[in-house]
Amino acid sequence: MKNLVKSIRLTLVLIVLLCVVYPVFISFAGKLSKGQGNGETISVNGKVVGYANEGQSFTQQKYFWGRPSAVGYNAAGSGGSNKGPSNPDYLKDVASRIDTLLKYHPYLKRSEIPAEMVTASGSGLDPDISPAAAKIQIERITHNRQLTVMQVTDLVAAHTEAPLLGLFGPAKVNVLKLNVALDDLAKPAN
Amino acid sequence: MNTELLGIAVSFLLMLVIGIPLGKYLAKMFAGEKVWTDFMKPIENGIYKLSGINPNEPMDWKQFLKAMMCINMLWLVYGFFVLMNQDKLPLNPDGNPGMTADLAFNTIISFVVNCNLQHYSGESGASYLIQHFIFMFLHFTSAATGIACAVAFFKAFRDKTTTNLGNFWNYFVKAITRLLLPLSIVVALILTFNGTPSSYAGKDQFISLQGDTVHVSRGPAAQMIAIKHLGTNGGGWFGANSANPLENPNYLTNITEIVSQMIIPIAMVLCFGYFIGRKKLGWVIFGVMMIGALMLLIPSISSETGGNSAIAKMGISQPTGAMEGKEVRFGPTATAYWSTFTTIVSTGSVNGMHDSTMPLTGLWQLLGMMINGFFGGCGVGVLNYFIYLIIAVFISGLMVGRTPEFLGHKVEAREVKIAALITLLSPFLIMAGTAIAAFVFTNHGNADWAVKPSAWLNNPGYHGFSEMLYEMTSANANNGSGFEGLGDNNIFWNVSTGVLMILGRFLPIIGPVAIAGLLAKKKFIPESAGTLKTDTVTFGLMTFAVILVLNALSYFPALALGPIAEYFSMPK
Repeated sequence: MKNLVKSIRLTLVLIVLLCVVYPVFISFAGKLSKGQGNGETISVNGKVVGYANEGQSFTQQKYFWGRPSAVGYNAAGSGGSNKGPSNPDYLKDVASRIDTLLKYHPYLKRSEIPAEMVTASGSGLDPDISPAAAKIQIERITHNRQLTVMQVTDLVAAHTEAPLLGLFGPAKVNVLKLNVALDDLAKPAN
Repeated sequence: MNTELLGIAVSFLLMLVIGIPLGKYLAKMFAGEKVWTDFMKPIENGIYKLSGINPNEPMDWKQFLKAMMCINMLWLVYGFFVLMNQDKLPLNPDGNPGMTADLAFNTIISFVVNCNLQHYSGESGASYLIQHFIFMFLHFTSAATGIACAVAFFKAFRDKTTTNLGNFWNYFVKAITRLLLPLSIVVALILTFNGTPSSYAGKDQFISLQGDTVHVSRGPAAQMIAIKHLGTNGGGWFGANSANPLENPNYLTNITEIVSQMIIPIAMVLCFGYFIGRKKLGWVIFGVMMIGALMLLIPSISSETGGNSAIAKMGISQPTGAMEGKEVRFGPTATAYWSTFTTIVSTGSVNGMHDSTMPLTGLWQLLGMMINGFFGGCGVGVLNYFIYLIIAVFISGLMVGRTPEFLGHKVEAREVKIAALITLLSPFLIMAGTAIAAFVFTNHGNADWAVKPSAWLNNPGYHGFSEMLYEMTSANANNGSGFEGLGDNNIFWNVSTGVLMILGRFLPIIGPVAIAGLLAKKKFIPESAGTLKTDTVTFGLMTFAVILVLNALSYFPALALGPIAEYFSMPK
């Protein structure tokens, strides 16, 4: 019984410390971060068009595409396909994604398709693709916009993020940032 | 060397560079010696005063365990009712509904026992109040409970003969104020400055570049993600856990999160050696654990970077490895690295979906959880390892024909019986649980539950069996990761894994602390030429052999039906 009273009192004290003081302190500190602790957004003409860290669905021909998503890029939730590597239905899905990619990129060889373009990400919100995955889409982009291969290639290069400190982890391209820049490039100069 | 390998190499180094000195610090701090965090003393004294606690009151092993169980049971009751009624409580900007009774039962056990199996999805299943006042609160307190019990166990071997294991409240509060909270503040700040949300704002809405309307879940997540890793908890803010790009925005946060979940388990092992003044023993245990960890890690990395052979057959290039269920910013190497450590230390957070990893990676993940003693969860890892150690002492004693001894205390029938029971508990719970699940799946496919048993599995064949085996294993090991394709939010899985989690938590804590308490009471026998030395490499290898034999015998049949069979069914 004595333990129970102590337990209740200690629980209440710790709730104040751990669930109020600590998180509110971090929340205030977070106000100083990019995005004020709300998540960093990207705006075009003053309007928010997305979150820098969250992928969004790109299906139109004039944009670079991101990875397949098991949750349809619905950022209210998140999740992967949870399909096992030997699941026959899953392998059919992968085969049909390959066919779709080949249909829109007829110039591609199968061996040029990087795995991440035909497999769903873990979160369903993966914002990135590899530089190789951006490269294979360049030709399609130039067919759908009045741009040269050179211009788009330079743009991809400029948006390729190097590994951390140039040493750790994979290089990547943020699809949303790349597409925003692409729209910018396509604008007629005034 | 490629940058993905360099990435895990730096994670590994950082883990050692932080973990090793932390172990020395913990030994001093829990012994009450002068340490630089003594400035926290006034805060601790305030906590003791408000709670009516005398932190210097000695406790024997029974009093210690009673105090521990009492506060843990209180949290179960408190959490159960809050979870069921979250819709009527404040801080619920997204209007999430209350949990059903069976889901609340499962969820509250899950968080109290440091497991964090999540049968709900964070975005739609838990309000900010729940996430902070229940989940994050328990992230701190369940980790501190494990650490406090481990320190009591250490204390039993520090003094020659004693009944005093120290004071539960004292260890528990200090584990929070001098370890978990300060480190959480550091990690939470790193996360929030790298893009993890930390404000209390609710869901956002915007129109995407293509013109789709998108809703975005947010919330004060950085605070919880910090302690979720430091406390080897693993219960994430978002459904996709640390694969979600807000929960783990870039490679730097990935390193931070994977390092932070390893440092306390490593520190606790070394702390044991330093605390009892036998640092060699700590290092031998560390060595055994590290060899075990590497034996699981290296083949996992190799099987993930090798890619999916079925996809390779379609002519697709997998330059970095298998990508299903993984994120581009981490890559397969870092995901394989994470998957090994999260399963051996019982964190259970994921940065890629385990259900989609290659069959052999799944095998190593399962084995890591089944062994559950290679570093292991905060505090409890050492306790789990101790059970193996007692068995090894016993068998060695039989082999050389002497009464087994551990650190100057005779290990007799009672202690060995407790150790044997605890050893048998895990295989029994995992096997019986999986067998019942498989039985229900095949014979009662149409039972009228929230998810019909026939619809449980997300994958057919061997992999489907692995999904059930994984869930039971994860529950028993208090890990919390899952083959998440399993439709687990229904009464069968909620209740069965709930029972497994609570047994798999408290019995493996009570057992070792009781053994330590019993041993400590016995007369101390000074070391002589005839003593079995437990801090030698030979004895370390002996323990390692015991671990391998016990687990191979227990689990090989089940593993052969799941991941091993799947591996052989895939194209070569």
